[in-house]
Parts: sequence; structure tokens; C-alpha cells
Amino acid sequence: MSASRIGLLASYEYLDSTVDAIEKLKKAGFDDVRAYAPYPEHHIEHALGYGQSPVRVFTLVGGLTGTATGFAFTTWTSVDWPLVVGGKPIVSIPAYVIIAFELTVLFGALATVIGLFLNSRLPAIKPAVVYDPEFTSGRYGVYVVSPPERADEARAILQKEEPVELREGQEVAHA
Amino acid sequence: MAGGTPIERGALTHPDVERLSDVNRDVLRALGRPGLGWWALFALAAAGVGLFFGSWGWQLYRGIGVSGLMSPVGWGVYITTFVFWVGIAHSGTLISAILFLFRAPWRQSIYRAAEAMTVFAVMTAGLFPLIHVGRVWHAYWLVPYPNSRFLWPNFKSPLVWDVFAVTTYFTVSAVFFFLGTIPDVAAARDAAKGLRKKLYSVISLGWRGTDQQWHHFGKAYIFLAALATPLVLSVHSVVSWDFAMGIVPGWHATIFAPYFVAGAIFSGVAMVITLTVPMRKIFGLEAYLTTKHFDAMAKLCLLTSLIVLYAYLSEFFMAWYSGEEIERTAFWNRLFGTYWWASWTMLTCNGLVPILLWFKRVRHSIPALFVISIFINIGMWFERYVIVVTSLHHEYEPWAWGVYRPSIVEMGILIGSFCWFGFWFLLFTRLLPPIAIQELKEVLPPPLRKQRQEVHS
Repeated sequence: MSASRIGLLASYEYLDSTVDAIEKLKKAGFDDVRAYAPYPEHHIEHALGYGQSPVRVFTLVGGLTGTATGFAFTTWTSVDWPLVVGGKPIVSIPAYVIIAFELTVLFGALATVIGLFLNSRLPAIKPAVVYDPEFTSGRYGVYVVSPPERADEARAILQKEEPVELREGQEVAHA
Repeated sequence: MAGGTPIERGALTHPDVERLSDVNRDVLRALGRPGLGWWALFALAAAGVGLFFGSWGWQLYRGIGVSGLMSPVGWGVYITTFVFWVGIAHSGTLISAILFLFRAPWRQSIYRAAEAMTVFAVMTAGLFPLIHVGRVWHAYWLVPYPNSRFLWPNFKSPLVWDVFAVTTYFTVSAVFFFLGTIPDVAAARDAAKGLRKKLYSVISLGWRGTDQQWHHFGKAYIFLAALATPLVLSVHSVVSWDFAMGIVPGWHATIFAPYFVAGAIFSGVAMVITLTVPMRKIFGLEAYLTTKHFDAMAKLCLLTSLIVLYAYLSEFFMAWYSGEEIERTAFWNRLFGTYWWASWTMLTCNGLVPILLWFKRVRHSIPALFVISIFINIGMWFERYVIVVTSLHHEYEPWAWGVYRPSIVEMGILIGSFCWFGFWFLLFTRLLPPIAIQELKEVLPPPLRKQRQEVHS
């Protein structure tokens, strides 16, 4: 069903052209709009209407797992072979706070990376269908997927904002 | 823009940078064919790496006796240098994480170099406990693992805390560094050809700069920064507790954690200056590393030098004010005992020389900052030497006093460690964009069609 959809990629030199193109496409009812930028641009994110990133859940769960692991592991190993050291209690919570803290950070950080990779589909082994190498340098891009009967309308919107380049690529159905 | 807010930006502009693509051109030029200066430095560093592993190999072959370590001074140059390198690492995380959270506008151009410095400094520091333990093939005993004797590490010991702190720090800073480079490596990929293109394609993990990628990347970066911030404070605190948890006079002080953290940032910022001054020159990055950046770093050095000096003075004051004879003797001995020269070097380099940074003329002179930063590096190494050695050689019982003298093997390893660090840093400047391309673009004014029309009309 999506095999016949048409993807259009416009490269823009200016940020306001890019944002205008996205906003107009959205207004015209195109849902599948994606953008490329050489740096994180919140005007583009705003135009596309982003909510909270689910990465934060990964960070939180990872961090809490780390805290729990830190306390559980130190306590368990102390009880496993109870030995009084330096006149301290067998289970010395203040000392174990340090291990728990370090593991909180470690697990939290690693979980954040996992969350990022899962959510932004990295590593992306398959190359993008159409791509302009200038997107990592100085250009912005707008990619819109439209049904064939509306392709001309989408092309007109993109064209109105004076793209440097406008390319067409057959959209392959999402894996 | 259609009903949106006007796009404004740029607390700190780079007036010599006109277009976004200029950043790619200028930064990626550093990855081109290396000049003679780079090769000369690289050859020197490689020779030093040989010295490093040669000296370590000799110590492994002959035993730890080839070092000057001997009762009562069981911790010497190795531990001093370990603390020194962990300290150097700290300012990288400070610049990349803490200043990121505070939105300091001057961090963008230095943070990549500072972060690389962090990773390589922790890599260097991490070797020193292994060198110090002598029989390095037993080093895995530090790690808790199930073994046939049902033994676990003593989690009440600061040395085990240190294992956790330093390994966590290395992992997190390496991840943070690697993640930050992904978009820039993608930029290098799109500009490169041949083998380099293949290499960068793999490292950039197929980054395309889509809105979705940037969205999650931005969030992940903030969370990593938020995790790295308390981590960096904890790591040097834990390192300081290696000392402060002991009852050795000169070590057993509650001031140690903040004092060490301030010292670490002080030495680290100085090291960033030492590294970025030649980097800026060699790769022609003057438009990105301006006097404003160096001025900001110099101010950070000045602030931390004042904290460190305050800590020194309060240590001496508390020793006197406590009225405790042993504490008083320890600090008297620090200034006028066998190692008086080390203490005075420390006080001069860390307390007196940075006074120059009060003057704007000095802060705006890059050669002067370079020289001062080297003084600070030397001073901060001696600070750790003073803490480690002078405290140990003159403990409680007079019959157990002794003098430690670093052996030639220890000096070889010390000098070699700088070369090992430099070796990686030089490779970094050739293989990865040495300035964060994408973050720099965030502070540049974005290209606007409207602006162009205004200029043309």
C-alpha cells in the first residue's frame, strides 16, 4: 500500500525557508514530514511538534537499577562472608552509598545511550533513500512522503520556499 | 516566519565565521595531511611511549624494588601521578557537562578538545594503580568476581571505592565523548573520500541529522551531562578519601574532598590551555578559539587557584589552631623539612603565579597564558607529591621516619606518561574533528532568507 507513495527531498539554504516549508506542509495535511539539519534546531523541532523524548525513562530506570544493584551487591557480599573490618558494622550503609552512587551513574549513562540508540534507530545500517551530504555542513532539508495524487501539491509547497535542490525518491515501506 | 518567534541567537559570536559551512571547512581541514610539526611531536610522543613501557617492563622484570618505594613511604611518584592525571581529566567533564548545563556560551569551541583530554587523561591515570601494585597480573583482584575462596572486596575501603569511581568515570566520559562526536564524524564522512569515508561511515553509525535523531540526541546529551556532573565531583572526592580516610597527619582532613575537586579543575583548565594554544596555531583555528575563550578559561583558573590557596592556608591554620603537636609538626615539616622545595614550588606555582591572572592584559595574552598554564601544571603535580610523600615520610613515630627518593624508573614512567597522553591526543587531532562542529553552529546566527533580503534591498 505504501509502495506507491512518493518521497520528496528539498534542500534549503535558509532556516526560515525550512521552517516555513514544514509549517505549510503540516497545515496542508501532510503527516509524514521529516527534517534534516546540521545542528539541533529547536525551531524545526517546534514546527514538527515534538513532545517529550522517551529517552528520559531509560535514564531513570537505568539509574534506579544502578542504585539498587549497588546497595544489594555490597550488602549481599558483606553478609555472604561476614567479617568485621575497622570496627564498622557488617553492613555499613554510608560506605556503600559511594558504590551505589557510582553504579547509579554508570547504569544510568549506559541506559541513556541504549535509549538513544533504540529511539533514533542508530546504528542505521541501511542508507537513507535520498540524502544530501550538505546536510551535515550548511543546508537544511525537508523530506515529505505523499500519496501520488497529492505529490504535485507537496512539490509546489516545497518549491515556493526556493530550495537549492529538489529531489524525488520512491519511498520504500518501513521495515 | 509564519507567525513564529523571531530567530535570534549568539551570546558569543564568532565574527570571522560567516557561513555554517565555513565551520566544516575550517575544522575538517585539521584532518588533512599533517605538517612537519605534527610528525615531529608524534615521533617524540611515540618515543616517550617506548620509554613508558620500557620502564614499566623493566619494573615488571626486576620487581617493584627498582622504584624508590620503601617503608615508610609506600606511595610515591606513581600515586602522585595517578592523582595528577585524574585531576587533569576533571576540567574536561566540567567544560563538557557542567558548563553545558549552565549554558556557558564560551564552551563550544574548547569542549571537544577538553573532553578528549578527559578520556586520555583517565586512560593514563588508570594505568598508575596497575603500575603501583607491582604484580600487575593480580590486578583483577580489585574487581568483585565470584571466586573459589568466596572472597569479596572490602567495600568499606576507599581503595575499592576508587576502583568503582575511576572505572565508572572512564566508561561514562568515553561514552559521552563518543556520543558527542557522532554528528561531527558524520560531517567528516560527508566531506571525506576513500578509506577515511568508510572509517567515518562506521564511526558515525549512519547519522543523517534527521529531526528525530537530533531530538533524542539532545535529550540523551542533557541526561548524560546531568549524570556526569555529580560523577566528576564524586570521582576526585573519592580519590581524596584514599588519603583522608587514613589517620596519617596531613591526610586526615575533612576539607580534602572540595579541596581536591577545586585543585583538579584548576589543573585541568590549565592543561586545556596548554593543549589548545598549540592546537589553535597548528591548525589555524584562530577564528574559533578567540581571546574571549582564553579569557574565560583564565578566569576559571583564577577562581580555582583562590580556592586551592584558601585550602592550603586553612590546612596550615587548622594545624596550628588544633594545638595538636603531631599535626603541627607535620605542617611545619611540610614547609621547612626535607621536602621544603616541593612545598614552596607548589605554593609559588599555584598560589603566587596565578595572581597575574587578575590583570586583563595577562588574560588576553596567549603566550603569557601558555607559560602560566605550564607553571600551574608543574605546581599541581607537586601539590600531590607534597600531600603523598611529605605526609608519609614523617608520620607518628620518629624511628619510622624516612626519606623517599624517586628512582630513575619512576621518572621514566612519569615522563613517559605525558608522552602516552600526548600520543593519543595527537592521534585525536588528526582523526576526529578537534572542535565540535555542530555545537559551534548552535551559537552561530542561523542563515535567514529575510536577513539576506534586508541586506540586498
